[in-house]
Amino acid sequence: MSAVEYEPVIGLEIHIQLATATKMFCGCELSFGEPPNTRTCPVCLGLPGSLPVANARAVHFGLMIGLALGSELAPRSIFHRKNYFYPDLPKGYQISQYDLPLCLGGQLGEVRIHRVHLEEDAAKLVHVGASGRIHGSDASIVDFNRGGTPLAEIVTEPDLRSAEAAGEWLRLLRTTMRVLGVSDVNMEEGSLRCDANISLRPAGSEQLGVKTELKNMNSFRFIERGIRAELARQEAILRAGGRVEQETLHFDPASERITSLRSKEEAHDYRYFPEPDLVPVAIDAAMLDAARDALPELPAARAERLERELGLSADSAHLLAFRAELGDYFEAALAAEVDPAPPAQALANWISGDLLARLADGQDPAESRVRPAALALLVGLADAKRVSVGAGRQVLDRLVADGGDPAAIVEAEGLAAIDGGDELAAIVAAALAAHPEAAANVRAGNAKAIGPIVGHVMRETKGRADGGAVTQLVHEQLGV
Amino acid sequence: MIDRDEVLHVARLARLKLDDGEVESMARELSGVLDHIAKIGELSLDDVPPTSHVVEVVGRLRPDEPRPCLPREVALEQAPAVAQNGFLVPSPQA
Repeated sequence: MSAVEYEPVIGLEIHIQLATATKMFCGCELSFGEPPNTRTCPVCLGLPGSLPVANARAVHFGLMIGLALGSELAPRSIFHRKNYFYPDLPKGYQISQYDLPLCLGGQLGEVRIHRVHLEEDAAKLVHVGASGRIHGSDASIVDFNRGGTPLAEIVTEPDLRSAEAAGEWLRLLRTTMRVLGVSDVNMEEGSLRCDANISLRPAGSEQLGVKTELKNMNSFRFIERGIRAELARQEAILRAGGRVEQETLHFDPASERITSLRSKEEAHDYRYFPEPDLVPVAIDAAMLDAARDALPELPAARAERLERELGLSADSAHLLAFRAELGDYFEAALAAEVDPAPPAQALANWISGDLLARLADGQDPAESRVRPAALALLVGLADAKRVSVGAGRQVLDRLVADGGDPAAIVEAEGLAAIDGGDELAAIVAAALAAHPEAAANVRAGNAKAIGPIVGHVMRETKGRADGGAVTQLVHEQLGV
Repeated sequence: MIDRDEVLHVARLARLKLDDGEVESMARELSGVLDHIAKIGELSLDDVPPTSHVVEVVGRLRPDEPRPCLPREVALEQAPAVAQNGFLVPSPQA
Protein backbone atom coordinates (compact mmCIF):
# COMPACT_ATOMS: atom_id res chain seq x y z
CA MET A 1 0.00 0.00 0.00
CA SER A 2 1.45 3.35 -0.95
CA ALA A 3 1.49 5.99 1.76
CA VAL A 4 -0.61 9.13 1.37
CA GLU A 5 1.42 12.21 0.56
CA TYR A 6 0.44 15.27 2.56
CA GLU A 7 0.65 18.84 1.37
CA PRO A 8 1.30 21.63 3.89
CA VAL A 9 -1.01 24.65 3.75
CA ILE A 10 0.33 27.67 5.59
CA GLY A 11 -0.94 31.19 6.08
CA LEU A 12 0.74 33.90 8.12
CA GLU A 13 -0.49 36.68 10.38
CA ILE A 14 2.14 39.33 10.86
CA HIS A 15 2.08 42.17 13.35
CA ILE A 16 4.28 45.10 12.50
CA GLN A 17 4.99 47.85 14.99
CA LEU A 18 4.66 51.12 13.12
CA ALA A 19 7.54 53.60 13.36
CA THR A 20 5.45 56.54 14.49
CA ALA A 21 6.58 58.97 17.18
CA THR A 22 3.49 58.43 19.33
CA LYS A 23 0.99 55.71 20.19
CA MET A 24 -2.02 54.72 18.09
CA PHE A 25 -4.67 56.62 20.02
CA CYS A 26 -2.81 59.00 22.33
CA GLY A 27 0.15 61.36 22.33
CA CYS A 28 2.45 59.20 24.49
CA GLU A 29 5.82 58.64 22.87
CA LEU A 30 6.62 55.05 21.88
CA SER A 31 8.84 53.27 24.37
CA PHE A 32 12.25 51.77 23.66
CA GLY A 33 13.30 50.27 26.94
CA GLU A 34 12.32 53.19 29.18
CA PRO A 35 11.66 52.41 32.86
CA PRO A 36 8.26 50.71 33.33
CA ASN A 37 5.11 52.82 33.26
CA THR A 38 6.77 56.08 32.26
CA ARG A 39 5.03 56.30 28.88
CA THR A 40 1.40 56.35 29.89
CA CYS A 41 -1.56 58.69 29.98
CA PRO A 42 -5.26 58.37 30.83
CA VAL A 43 -6.01 57.07 27.29
CA CYS A 44 -3.52 54.20 27.18
CA LEU A 45 -4.20 53.35 30.84
CA GLY A 46 -7.88 53.05 29.97
CA LEU A 47 -8.99 55.53 32.64
CA PRO A 48 -12.69 56.38 32.64
CA GLY A 49 -13.62 59.46 30.63
CA SER A 50 -10.54 59.42 28.40
CA LEU A 51 -11.09 59.41 24.64
CA PRO A 52 -8.89 57.94 21.90
CA VAL A 53 -8.02 59.85 18.70
CA ALA A 54 -6.37 57.96 15.84
CA ASN A 55 -2.81 58.83 14.85
CA ALA A 56 -2.74 60.33 11.33
CA ARG A 57 0.74 59.01 10.64
CA ALA A 58 -0.27 55.44 11.54
CA VAL A 59 -3.10 55.70 9.02
CA HIS A 60 -0.62 57.13 6.47
CA PHE A 61 1.74 54.16 7.06
CA GLY A 62 -1.22 51.78 6.74
CA LEU A 63 -2.07 53.28 3.37
CA MET A 64 1.56 52.99 2.21
CA ILE A 65 1.53 49.31 3.18
CA GLY A 66 -1.73 48.81 1.30
CA LEU A 67 -0.38 50.54 -1.81
CA ALA A 68 2.85 48.52 -1.68
CA LEU A 69 0.86 45.27 -1.45
CA GLY A 70 -1.60 46.27 -4.15
CA SER A 71 -4.52 46.18 -1.74
CA GLU A 72 -7.88 47.79 -2.21
CA LEU A 73 -7.94 50.78 0.15
CA ALA A 74 -11.18 51.30 1.98
CA PRO A 75 -12.57 54.80 1.37
CA ARG A 76 -14.14 54.51 4.81
CA SER A 77 -12.93 52.15 7.49
CA ILE A 78 -13.93 51.86 11.10
CA PHE A 79 -12.40 50.66 14.35
CA HIS A 80 -14.00 47.92 16.42
CA ARG A 81 -13.70 46.85 20.01
CA LYS A 82 -12.35 43.33 20.41
CA ASN A 83 -13.52 42.34 23.86
CA TYR A 84 -11.63 40.08 26.24
CA PHE A 85 -10.35 40.30 29.78
CA TYR A 86 -6.62 40.08 30.27
CA PRO A 87 -4.41 42.21 32.50
CA ASP A 88 -2.38 43.49 29.53
CA LEU A 89 -5.52 45.21 28.26
CA PRO A 90 -6.67 47.93 30.66
CA LYS A 91 -9.98 48.70 28.95
CA GLY A 92 -11.17 45.11 28.71
CA TYR A 93 -11.02 45.42 24.93
CA GLN A 94 -8.47 46.07 22.23
CA ILE A 95 -9.22 48.70 19.61
CA SER A 96 -8.79 46.88 16.32
CA GLN A 97 -10.55 46.66 12.97
CA TYR A 98 -13.06 44.03 11.96
CA ASP A 99 -15.28 44.03 8.90
CA LEU A 100 -14.12 47.34 7.43
CA PRO A 101 -10.30 47.17 7.58
CA LEU A 102 -8.07 49.81 6.03
CA CYS A 103 -6.82 47.52 3.22
CA LEU A 104 -8.40 44.48 1.57
CA GLY A 105 -6.72 41.95 -0.72
CA GLY A 106 -3.42 42.37 -2.50
CA GLN A 107 -0.37 40.29 -3.26
CA LEU A 108 3.32 40.17 -2.43
CA GLY A 109 5.48 37.78 -4.43
CA GLU A 110 3.53 34.56 -4.87
CA VAL A 111 1.37 35.07 -1.80
CA ARG A 112 -2.03 36.72 -1.79
CA ILE A 113 -2.83 39.17 0.97
CA HIS A 114 -6.17 38.77 2.71
CA ARG A 115 -6.26 42.06 4.58
CA VAL A 116 -4.27 44.70 6.45
CA HIS A 117 -5.70 46.48 9.46
CA LEU A 118 -4.58 48.84 12.20
CA GLU A 119 -4.80 48.16 15.91
CA GLU A 120 -3.19 48.91 19.25
CA ASP A 121 -0.63 46.71 20.96
CA ALA A 122 -1.24 45.25 24.42
CA ALA A 123 0.86 46.11 27.47
CA LYS A 124 3.73 43.94 28.69
CA LEU A 125 3.18 41.42 31.45
CA VAL A 126 6.04 40.26 33.60
CA HIS A 127 5.22 37.13 35.53
CA VAL A 128 6.70 36.87 38.98
CA GLY A 129 7.22 33.66 40.89
CA ALA A 130 5.24 32.06 43.68
CA SER A 131 7.60 33.56 46.22
CA GLY A 132 5.58 36.81 46.04
CA ARG A 133 3.49 38.11 48.88
CA ILE A 134 0.27 36.74 47.40
CA HIS A 135 0.63 33.34 48.99
CA GLY A 136 0.02 30.25 46.94
CA SER A 137 -0.64 31.95 43.65
CA ASP A 138 1.68 33.60 41.16
CA ALA A 139 1.35 37.28 40.35
CA SER A 140 2.14 39.43 37.34
CA ILE A 141 3.33 42.99 36.93
CA VAL A 142 1.94 45.15 34.16
CA ASP A 143 4.07 47.70 32.31
CA PHE A 144 1.86 49.89 30.12
CA ASN A 145 4.70 51.52 28.14
CA ARG A 146 4.02 49.28 25.13
CA GLY A 147 0.22 49.42 25.55
CA GLY A 148 -1.30 51.40 22.69
CA THR A 149 1.67 51.14 20.30
CA PRO A 150 0.36 51.22 16.71
CA LEU A 151 0.39 47.89 14.89
CA ALA A 152 -0.43 46.93 11.34
CA GLU A 153 -1.69 43.36 11.16
CA ILE A 154 -1.10 41.75 7.77
CA VAL A 155 -2.99 38.53 7.10
CA THR A 156 -2.09 36.34 4.13
CA GLU A 157 -4.18 33.80 2.28
CA PRO A 158 -3.06 30.18 2.92
CA ASP A 159 -0.75 30.19 -0.10
CA LEU A 160 2.50 28.92 1.39
CA ARG A 161 3.46 25.27 0.98
CA SER A 162 6.54 24.76 3.13
CA ALA A 163 8.34 26.10 6.19
CA GLU A 164 11.19 27.32 3.99
CA ALA A 165 8.81 29.17 1.66
CA ALA A 166 7.20 30.82 4.69
CA GLY A 167 10.60 32.00 5.95
CA GLU A 168 11.63 33.22 2.51
CA TRP A 169 8.37 35.11 2.01
CA LEU A 170 8.59 36.67 5.45
CA ARG A 171 12.04 38.00 4.52
CA LEU A 172 10.55 39.57 1.42
CA LEU A 173 7.82 41.16 3.54
CA ARG A 174 10.39 42.45 6.02
CA THR A 175 12.51 43.99 3.26
CA THR A 176 9.43 45.57 1.72
CA MET A 177 8.39 47.09 5.05
CA ARG A 178 11.93 48.26 5.76
CA VAL A 179 12.20 49.91 2.35
CA LEU A 180 8.82 51.55 2.95
CA GLY A 181 10.21 52.93 6.20
CA VAL A 182 7.00 52.16 8.08
CA SER A 183 8.62 49.94 10.71
CA ASP A 184 11.96 48.79 12.12
CA VAL A 185 10.71 45.23 11.45
CA ASN A 186 13.11 43.75 13.95
CA MET A 187 11.97 40.33 15.16
CA GLU A 188 14.37 40.19 18.10
CA GLU A 189 13.04 43.50 19.40
CA GLY A 190 9.44 42.51 18.73
CA SER A 191 8.64 45.07 16.05
CA LEU A 192 7.86 42.17 13.69
CA ARG A 193 5.88 39.27 15.14
CA CYS A 194 4.51 36.33 13.26
CA ASP A 195 1.83 33.69 13.86
CA ALA A 196 1.35 30.82 11.43
CA ASN A 197 -1.85 28.94 10.59
CA ILE A 198 -0.83 25.44 9.65
CA SER A 199 -2.67 22.45 8.25
CA LEU A 200 -2.05 19.37 6.12
CA ARG A 201 -4.20 17.89 3.40
CA PRO A 202 -3.77 14.89 1.11
CA ALA A 203 -1.78 16.04 -1.94
CA GLY A 204 -4.14 16.98 -4.75
CA SER A 205 -7.04 17.71 -2.44
CA GLU A 206 -8.67 21.12 -2.67
CA GLN A 207 -10.18 20.90 0.77
CA LEU A 208 -8.38 22.44 3.73
CA GLY A 209 -7.47 20.28 6.71
CA VAL A 210 -7.97 21.27 10.36
CA LYS A 211 -5.54 24.06 11.16
CA THR A 212 -3.61 24.97 14.25
CA GLU A 213 -2.24 28.40 15.07
CA LEU A 214 1.41 28.63 16.06
CA LYS A 215 1.88 31.79 18.09
CA ASN A 216 4.44 34.54 18.35
CA MET A 217 7.60 33.12 16.91
CA ASN A 218 10.29 35.72 17.35
CA SER A 219 13.05 34.88 14.91
CA PHE A 220 13.26 33.72 11.32
CA ARG A 221 15.09 30.57 12.38
CA PHE A 222 12.41 29.68 14.91
CA ILE A 223 9.62 30.31 12.44
CA GLU A 224 10.95 27.77 9.99
CA ARG A 225 11.82 25.28 12.72
CA GLY A 226 8.48 25.82 14.47
CA ILE A 227 6.48 25.26 11.29
CA ARG A 228 8.53 22.17 10.43
CA ALA A 229 7.95 20.76 13.92
CA GLU A 230 4.20 21.41 13.73
CA LEU A 231 3.94 19.88 10.25
CA ALA A 232 5.75 16.78 11.56
CA ARG A 233 3.44 16.63 14.59
CA GLN A 234 0.31 16.86 12.43
CA GLU A 235 1.60 14.29 9.96
CA ALA A 236 2.32 11.81 12.77
CA ILE A 237 -1.25 12.28 14.08
CA LEU A 238 -2.79 11.80 10.63
CA ARG A 239 -0.65 8.76 9.79
CA ALA A 240 -1.70 7.14 13.05
CA GLY A 241 -5.32 7.61 11.97
CA GLY A 242 -5.94 10.43 14.45
CA ARG A 243 -7.45 13.86 14.04
CA VAL A 244 -5.74 17.21 14.37
CA GLU A 245 -7.48 19.44 16.88
CA GLN A 246 -7.99 23.10 16.17
CA GLU A 247 -5.97 24.88 18.84
CA THR A 248 -3.42 27.56 19.57
CA LEU A 249 0.11 26.31 20.06
CA HIS A 250 3.43 27.52 21.34
CA PHE A 251 6.78 26.39 19.95
CA ASP A 252 9.66 26.27 22.40
CA PRO A 253 12.84 26.61 20.31
CA ALA A 254 15.05 25.31 23.11
CA SER A 255 13.32 21.94 23.39
CA GLU A 256 11.70 21.91 19.90
CA ARG A 257 8.50 21.01 21.76
CA ILE A 258 5.06 22.23 20.81
CA THR A 259 2.61 22.88 23.62
CA SER A 260 -1.02 23.90 23.69
CA LEU A 261 -1.78 27.44 24.83
CA ARG A 262 -4.93 28.16 26.68
CA SER A 263 -6.67 30.71 24.55
CA LYS A 264 -7.35 34.11 26.06
CA GLU A 265 -11.06 33.69 25.53
CA GLU A 266 -12.93 30.53 24.83
CA ALA A 267 -13.82 30.01 21.20
CA HIS A 268 -12.49 33.48 20.36
CA ASP A 269 -15.77 34.97 21.42
CA TYR A 270 -14.57 38.53 21.08
CA ARG A 271 -17.99 40.16 20.55
CA TYR A 272 -16.67 42.79 18.17
CA PHE A 273 -18.70 45.96 17.88
CA PRO A 274 -17.96 49.39 16.37
CA GLU A 275 -15.83 51.55 18.69
CA PRO A 276 -18.24 54.38 19.59
CA ASP A 277 -15.40 56.60 20.81
CA LEU A 278 -13.74 56.82 17.39
CA VAL A 279 -15.20 58.28 14.24
CA PRO A 280 -14.78 56.38 10.97
CA VAL A 281 -11.56 56.99 9.06
CA ALA A 282 -12.32 58.48 5.67
CA ILE A 283 -9.49 58.30 3.17
CA ASP A 284 -9.54 61.37 0.97
CA ALA A 285 -7.57 62.19 -2.18
CA ALA A 286 -4.97 64.21 -0.27
CA MET A 287 -4.19 61.27 2.05
CA LEU A 288 -3.93 58.89 -0.91
CA ASP A 289 -1.65 61.28 -2.79
CA ALA A 290 0.56 61.69 0.26
CA ALA A 291 0.86 57.90 0.63
CA ARG A 292 1.60 57.46 -3.08
CA ASP A 293 4.23 60.21 -3.04
CA ALA A 294 5.92 58.59 -0.06
CA LEU A 295 6.30 55.20 -1.80
CA PRO A 296 9.92 54.37 -2.58
CA GLU A 297 11.03 51.88 -5.21
CA LEU A 298 9.96 48.45 -3.94
CA PRO A 299 12.12 45.31 -4.09
CA ALA A 300 10.39 43.67 -7.06
CA ALA A 301 10.62 46.88 -9.11
CA ARG A 302 14.24 47.37 -8.08
CA ALA A 303 15.21 43.85 -9.16
CA GLU A 304 13.58 44.45 -12.52
CA ARG A 305 15.41 47.78 -12.96
CA LEU A 306 18.82 46.37 -11.96
CA GLU A 307 18.36 43.58 -14.50
CA ARG A 308 17.07 45.83 -17.28
CA GLU A 309 19.23 48.94 -16.86
CA LEU A 310 22.49 47.46 -15.62
CA GLY A 311 22.29 44.06 -17.28
CA LEU A 312 22.75 42.21 -13.98
CA SER A 313 21.97 38.50 -13.86
CA ALA A 314 18.54 37.68 -12.43
CA ASP A 315 20.15 36.14 -9.32
CA SER A 316 22.31 39.20 -8.61
CA ALA A 317 19.44 41.61 -9.21
CA HIS A 318 17.20 39.58 -6.88
CA LEU A 319 19.77 39.45 -4.10
CA LEU A 320 20.58 43.17 -4.26
CA ALA A 321 16.93 44.20 -4.42
CA PHE A 322 15.65 41.84 -1.74
CA ARG A 323 18.44 42.68 0.66
CA ALA A 324 17.98 46.40 0.35
CA GLU A 325 21.13 47.21 2.35
CA LEU A 326 23.21 45.30 -0.22
CA GLY A 327 21.43 47.07 -3.07
CA ASP A 328 22.05 50.47 -1.47
CA TYR A 329 25.72 49.63 -1.01
CA PHE A 330 25.98 48.39 -4.59
CA GLU A 331 24.39 51.52 -6.01
CA ALA A 332 26.57 53.76 -3.86
CA ALA A 333 29.68 51.94 -5.11
CA LEU A 334 28.51 52.13 -8.70
CA ALA A 335 27.92 55.87 -8.37
CA ALA A 336 31.43 56.47 -6.98
CA GLU A 337 33.73 58.15 -9.47
CA VAL A 338 36.70 55.83 -9.62
CA ASP A 339 39.20 55.07 -12.36
CA PRO A 340 39.11 52.42 -13.63
CA ALA A 341 35.35 52.10 -13.11
CA PRO A 342 34.04 48.63 -12.23
CA PRO A 343 31.55 46.83 -14.48
CA ALA A 344 28.19 46.45 -12.72
CA GLN A 345 28.08 42.65 -12.77
CA ALA A 346 31.64 42.30 -11.47
CA LEU A 347 30.82 44.73 -8.65
CA ALA A 348 27.67 42.76 -7.78
CA ASN A 349 29.70 39.53 -7.74
CA TRP A 350 32.34 40.96 -5.41
CA ILE A 351 29.66 42.23 -3.03
CA SER A 352 27.58 39.06 -2.93
CA GLY A 353 30.64 36.78 -2.87
CA ASP A 354 33.90 38.02 -1.42
CA LEU A 355 32.63 40.96 0.62
CA LEU A 356 29.65 39.17 2.25
CA ALA A 357 31.86 36.19 3.09
CA ARG A 358 34.12 38.52 5.09
CA LEU A 359 31.31 40.20 7.06
CA ALA A 360 29.36 38.92 10.03
CA ASP A 361 26.11 37.13 9.16
CA GLY A 362 23.52 39.74 8.23
CA GLN A 363 25.92 42.69 8.68
CA ASP A 364 25.19 45.75 6.57
CA PRO A 365 28.30 46.44 4.45
CA ALA A 366 27.67 50.16 4.91
CA GLU A 367 28.59 49.59 8.56
CA SER A 368 31.84 47.85 7.64
CA ARG A 369 35.17 49.63 7.11
CA VAL A 370 35.00 49.08 3.36
CA ARG A 371 33.75 52.30 1.82
CA PRO A 372 31.63 51.78 -1.32
CA ALA A 373 34.11 53.84 -3.37
CA ALA A 374 37.00 51.69 -2.12
CA LEU A 375 35.31 48.49 -3.22
CA ALA A 376 34.41 50.10 -6.56
CA LEU A 377 38.07 50.96 -7.20
CA LEU A 378 39.26 47.51 -6.14
CA VAL A 379 36.82 45.82 -8.53
CA GLY A 380 37.84 48.30 -11.25
CA LEU A 381 41.53 47.45 -10.73
CA ALA A 382 40.78 43.73 -10.79
CA ASP A 383 38.69 44.07 -13.92
CA ALA A 384 41.49 46.02 -15.65
CA LYS A 385 43.84 43.21 -14.54
CA ARG A 386 45.95 45.71 -12.63
CA VAL A 387 45.58 43.40 -9.66
CA SER A 388 44.94 39.68 -9.94
CA VAL A 389 41.85 38.17 -8.38
CA GLY A 390 43.98 36.55 -5.69
CA ALA A 391 45.76 39.78 -4.84
CA GLY A 392 42.43 41.62 -4.95
CA ARG A 393 41.15 39.30 -2.23
CA GLN A 394 44.19 40.11 -0.10
CA VAL A 395 43.46 43.82 -0.58
CA LEU A 396 39.85 43.19 0.44
CA ASP A 397 41.05 41.44 3.61
CA ARG A 398 42.94 44.62 4.46
CA LEU A 399 40.00 46.86 3.62
CA VAL A 400 37.67 44.81 5.85
CA ALA A 401 40.19 44.87 8.70
CA ASP A 402 41.39 48.47 8.52
CA GLY A 403 39.56 50.34 5.77
CA GLY A 404 41.64 52.60 3.56
CA ASP A 405 42.35 53.06 -0.12
CA PRO A 406 42.85 49.97 -2.28
CA ALA A 407 45.34 51.67 -4.62
CA ALA A 408 47.51 52.64 -1.64
CA ILE A 409 47.31 49.09 -0.23
CA VAL A 410 48.32 47.62 -3.60
CA GLU A 411 51.27 50.04 -3.71
CA ALA A 412 52.37 49.51 -0.11
CA GLU A 413 52.09 45.72 -0.20
CA GLY A 414 53.55 45.32 -3.67
CA LEU A 415 50.40 43.57 -4.86
CA ALA A 416 50.26 45.10 -8.34
CA ALA A 417 49.71 42.51 -11.03
CA ILE A 418 52.79 41.22 -12.79
CA ASP A 419 52.07 41.83 -16.43
CA GLY A 420 52.63 39.14 -19.02
CA GLY A 421 56.22 40.39 -19.75
CA ASP A 422 59.70 39.03 -19.14
CA GLU A 423 59.47 38.86 -15.36
CA LEU A 424 56.45 36.55 -15.44
CA ALA A 425 57.90 34.55 -18.36
CA ALA A 426 60.99 33.79 -16.28
CA ILE A 427 58.87 32.63 -13.32
CA VAL A 428 56.80 30.42 -15.62
CA ALA A 429 59.96 28.90 -17.09
CA ALA A 430 61.19 28.11 -13.58
CA ALA A 431 57.84 26.53 -12.72
CA LEU A 432 57.99 24.31 -15.80
CA ALA A 433 61.48 23.22 -14.85
CA ALA A 434 60.32 22.39 -11.32
CA HIS A 435 57.39 20.27 -12.57
CA PRO A 436 58.68 18.29 -15.56
CA GLU A 437 56.01 15.60 -15.24
CA ALA A 438 53.13 18.08 -15.24
CA ALA A 439 54.74 19.92 -18.16
CA ALA A 440 54.94 16.67 -20.13
CA ASN A 441 51.29 15.90 -19.42
CA VAL A 442 50.19 19.37 -20.56
CA ARG A 443 52.23 18.98 -23.70
CA ALA A 444 50.54 15.62 -24.28
CA GLY A 445 47.17 17.40 -24.24
CA ASN A 446 46.01 16.98 -20.62
CA ALA A 447 44.82 20.51 -19.89
CA LYS A 448 44.06 19.75 -16.22
CA ALA A 449 47.68 18.87 -15.52
CA ILE A 450 48.53 22.58 -15.53
CA GLY A 451 47.42 22.93 -11.88
CA PRO A 452 50.76 22.42 -10.10
CA ILE A 453 52.52 24.72 -12.57
CA VAL A 454 50.08 27.59 -12.05
CA GLY A 455 50.19 26.93 -8.31
CA HIS A 456 53.96 27.28 -8.37
CA VAL A 457 53.76 30.61 -10.23
CA MET A 458 51.13 31.95 -7.84
CA ARG A 459 53.26 31.02 -4.84
CA GLU A 460 56.29 32.70 -6.34
CA THR A 461 54.32 35.86 -7.20
CA LYS A 462 52.26 35.86 -3.99
CA GLY A 463 49.13 35.66 -6.10
CA ARG A 464 49.88 38.77 -8.12
CA ALA A 465 49.95 37.03 -11.50
CA ASP A 466 46.86 36.89 -13.68
CA GLY A 467 45.73 33.29 -14.10
CA GLY A 468 44.89 33.75 -17.77
CA ALA A 469 48.27 35.28 -18.55
CA VAL A 470 50.06 32.42 -16.76
CA THR A 471 48.12 29.78 -18.70
CA GLN A 472 48.92 31.57 -21.92
CA LEU A 473 52.64 31.71 -21.12
CA VAL A 474 52.72 28.03 -20.13
CA HIS A 475 51.14 27.08 -23.45
CA GLU A 476 53.54 29.34 -25.37
CA GLN A 477 56.61 27.97 -23.67
CA LEU A 478 55.47 24.38 -24.14
CA GLY A 479 54.55 25.06 -27.74
CA VAL A 480 50.97 23.86 -27.42
CA MET B 1 -36.10 32.19 24.69
CA ILE B 2 -32.32 31.77 24.99
CA ASP B 3 -31.27 28.93 27.22
CA ARG B 4 -29.53 28.87 30.55
CA ASP B 5 -26.15 27.74 29.11
CA GLU B 6 -26.06 30.68 26.76
CA VAL B 7 -26.76 33.12 29.60
CA LEU B 8 -23.99 31.54 31.68
CA HIS B 9 -21.59 31.72 28.72
CA VAL B 10 -22.25 35.43 28.17
CA ALA B 11 -22.00 36.05 31.91
CA ARG B 12 -18.63 34.33 31.98
CA LEU B 13 -17.35 36.42 29.06
CA ALA B 14 -18.38 39.53 31.02
CA ARG B 15 -16.95 38.06 34.25
CA LEU B 16 -20.36 38.30 35.96
CA LYS B 17 -21.48 35.88 38.62
CA LEU B 18 -25.21 35.24 38.47
CA ASP B 19 -27.31 33.25 40.89
CA ASP B 20 -30.06 30.94 39.65
CA GLY B 21 -32.76 33.59 39.92
CA GLU B 22 -30.64 36.09 37.98
CA VAL B 23 -29.92 33.54 35.26
CA GLU B 24 -33.67 33.08 34.91
CA SER B 25 -34.48 36.79 34.71
CA MET B 26 -31.49 37.51 32.41
CA ALA B 27 -32.67 34.81 30.02
CA ARG B 28 -36.06 36.55 29.88
CA GLU B 29 -34.61 40.04 29.45
CA LEU B 30 -32.01 39.08 26.85
CA SER B 31 -34.65 37.16 24.91
CA GLY B 32 -36.77 40.29 24.89
CA VAL B 33 -33.89 42.28 23.41
CA LEU B 34 -33.21 39.64 20.79
CA ASP B 35 -36.89 39.45 19.88
CA HIS B 36 -36.92 43.19 19.35
CA ILE B 37 -33.83 42.98 17.09
CA ALA B 38 -35.45 40.13 15.18
CA LYS B 39 -38.48 42.37 14.64
CA ILE B 40 -36.24 45.04 13.10
CA GLY B 41 -34.70 42.30 10.97
CA GLU B 42 -38.09 41.81 9.31
CA LEU B 43 -37.78 45.22 7.67
CA SER B 44 -36.37 45.41 4.17
CA LEU B 45 -33.17 47.36 4.79
CA ASP B 46 -31.01 46.21 1.87
CA ASP B 47 -30.48 49.77 0.68
CA VAL B 48 -29.70 51.20 4.11
CA PRO B 49 -26.03 51.22 5.11
CA PRO B 50 -25.41 49.88 8.62
CA THR B 51 -25.14 52.53 11.28
CA SER B 52 -21.77 52.17 12.96
CA HIS B 53 -21.89 55.56 14.64
CA VAL B 54 -24.79 57.65 15.83
CA VAL B 55 -23.24 60.88 14.61
CA GLU B 56 -21.71 60.54 11.17
CA VAL B 57 -18.47 62.49 11.49
CA VAL B 58 -15.33 61.36 9.73
CA GLY B 59 -11.71 62.26 9.31
CA ARG B 60 -10.72 63.51 12.75
CA LEU B 61 -7.14 62.31 13.08
CA ARG B 62 -4.42 63.41 15.47
CA PRO B 63 -1.02 64.68 14.27
CA ASP B 64 1.80 62.33 15.31
CA GLU B 65 3.18 64.73 17.90
CA PRO B 66 4.24 63.71 21.40
CA ARG B 67 2.38 65.03 24.40
CA PRO B 68 3.47 64.82 28.02
CA CYS B 69 2.96 61.49 29.78
CA LEU B 70 1.78 61.05 33.35
CA PRO B 71 4.44 60.96 36.05
CA ARG B 72 4.74 57.35 37.10
CA GLU B 73 3.66 58.05 40.69
CA VAL B 74 0.44 59.50 39.35
CA ALA B 75 -0.12 56.59 36.98
CA LEU B 76 0.39 54.07 39.77
CA GLU B 77 -1.58 56.03 42.37
CA GLN B 78 -4.89 54.41 41.43
CA ALA B 79 -3.53 50.87 41.38
CA PRO B 80 -4.85 48.54 44.10
CA ALA B 81 -1.40 46.96 44.32
CA VAL B 82 2.03 48.01 43.04
CA ALA B 83 5.33 46.15 42.73
CA GLN B 84 8.57 46.94 40.93
CA ASN B 85 7.15 50.16 39.50
CA GLY B 86 4.32 48.24 37.87
CA PHE B 87 0.68 47.35 38.40
CA LEU B 88 0.57 44.15 40.42
CA VAL B 89 -2.19 41.80 39.24
CA PRO B 90 -3.12 38.18 39.86
CA SER B 91 -1.38 36.04 37.27
CA PRO B 92 -3.75 35.31 34.38
CA GLN B 93 -2.22 31.83 34.22
CA ALA B 94 -2.98 31.05 37.84
